[in-house]
Amino acid sequence: MNNRNFIAKRAAAYFKPGDVVNLGIGIPSLCGSYAAQGVLFQSENGFIGIGPTVNEGLMKSERFVNAGGVHFEPVPGSSAFDVAMSFGVIRSGRLGATVLGGLQVSAQGDLANWATPGRAFGMGGAMDLCNGAKQVIVAMELVAKDGSPKVVNRCSLPLTAIHCVDHIVTDRCVIDVTPEGLLLSEIRKGHTVEEIQAAVEPKLLVAPNLIEMEED
Amino acid sequence: MQLSKVRAMEQIVASFKDGQIVAIGGQTAQYMPERLIDCLLESGAKHLTVYSIDSSDPDIGVSRLLQAGRVDRIITTHVGTNPLTNARIQDGSLKAELIPMGTFIERIRCGGMGLGGVLTKTGLGTVVEEGKQVIEVDGQKYLLETALHADVALTRCRRADPLGNLAYRGSSGHASHPVIATCADLSIVECDHFCDLGEIGPDEVKVPGMFVDMILV
Repeated sequence: MNNRNFIAKRAAAYFKPGDVVNLGIGIPSLCGSYAAQGVLFQSENGFIGIGPTVNEGLMKSERFVNAGGVHFEPVPGSSAFDVAMSFGVIRSGRLGATVLGGLQVSAQGDLANWATPGRAFGMGGAMDLCNGAKQVIVAMELVAKDGSPKVVNRCSLPLTAIHCVDHIVTDRCVIDVTPEGLLLSEIRKGHTVEEIQAAVEPKLLVAPNLIEMEED
Repeated sequence: MQLSKVRAMEQIVASFKDGQIVAIGGQTAQYMPERLIDCLLESGAKHLTVYSIDSSDPDIGVSRLLQAGRVDRIITTHVGTNPLTNARIQDGSLKAELIPMGTFIERIRCGGMGLGGVLTKTGLGTVVEEGKQVIEVDGQKYLLETALHADVALTRCRRADPLGNLAYRGSSGHASHPVIATCADLSIVECDHFCDLGEIGPDEVKVPGMFVDMILV
């Protein structure tokens, strides 16, 4: 399984039947394929019940598009509403989880994911999602393309929210944010604790029952 | 006598002036009020301030106004889908205020609903907090976010009747449209289907006609 789908599949394992979940763009958008039955997906532009992607044909309607611009078919039991209601859902603690991309996550669970130097693309709904969702799951590669750490002591990039992240799901491991610090709880086959520790800035706690992640 | 709010394109074109604040419905370059944006372009109005959830994709919706050099300032939540916007922000020709999406829509809602602002936790501890009042209620901290009111609102809906009662369909078919439609002194709507009075049942009306001033059929 490639890294992106590996991350998405593990992140989706946090969803429980009955949860309403919001997925960000990029890797998080792949989680839908791996979610348990009975999970409903929400979209910022005003929808609960995002279903399969629709390409062409009679069902394609420009009025059913998710926040990533992808056309979809509604599932039975869906509801449509405006953005004010949509963010009421998000802020009021009713979302079971949100999965977001990340540029940096700090030892305290701060997240930075909306601006880099010279390019402020905007926070969109991310700040509200981090404020309101029951679980904030960051799905990202453990290190940046240039090999620099993305799990850091302090975020140097503009913050999305402070103390918000619950789980960091990466291509090599799962790290939980706990009151005691960052806890390495799962590790992918072929990787070592020492290698993971060397790829992040904060000192990691290692779970006594460290789990080996399933490959597929 | 029936007080229909349907207007010809020329009458709508004549409503725009330089320096106006124009709030525009739609998101992710989908279901934008493109015919009303045609009218705004046709009017020649410039030095506009735009309120919009995003800056669309190149050649679509809000981006057409940006590309024509009509907009000096935009209050929005996301410009990542439009490289042209980022280029104009970087070269200083466009002032952009980026705010969280939930806060954006609540500020717009306040502007339409006669409220001065809302309290939200979104943005606490980030750059969004800078310069804002922090208010404590029952031991919880919130940011005070003030109302956004526009001169003109341009939105789109699925169905409209002559009084301006509006009904919507889908996700992108709702998006910010029903909220933006309420936030301005002059609310102009373009509809996919124009209906007789009574054809949109009272329970189906999402935005009552009293919020709407002009309809482009």
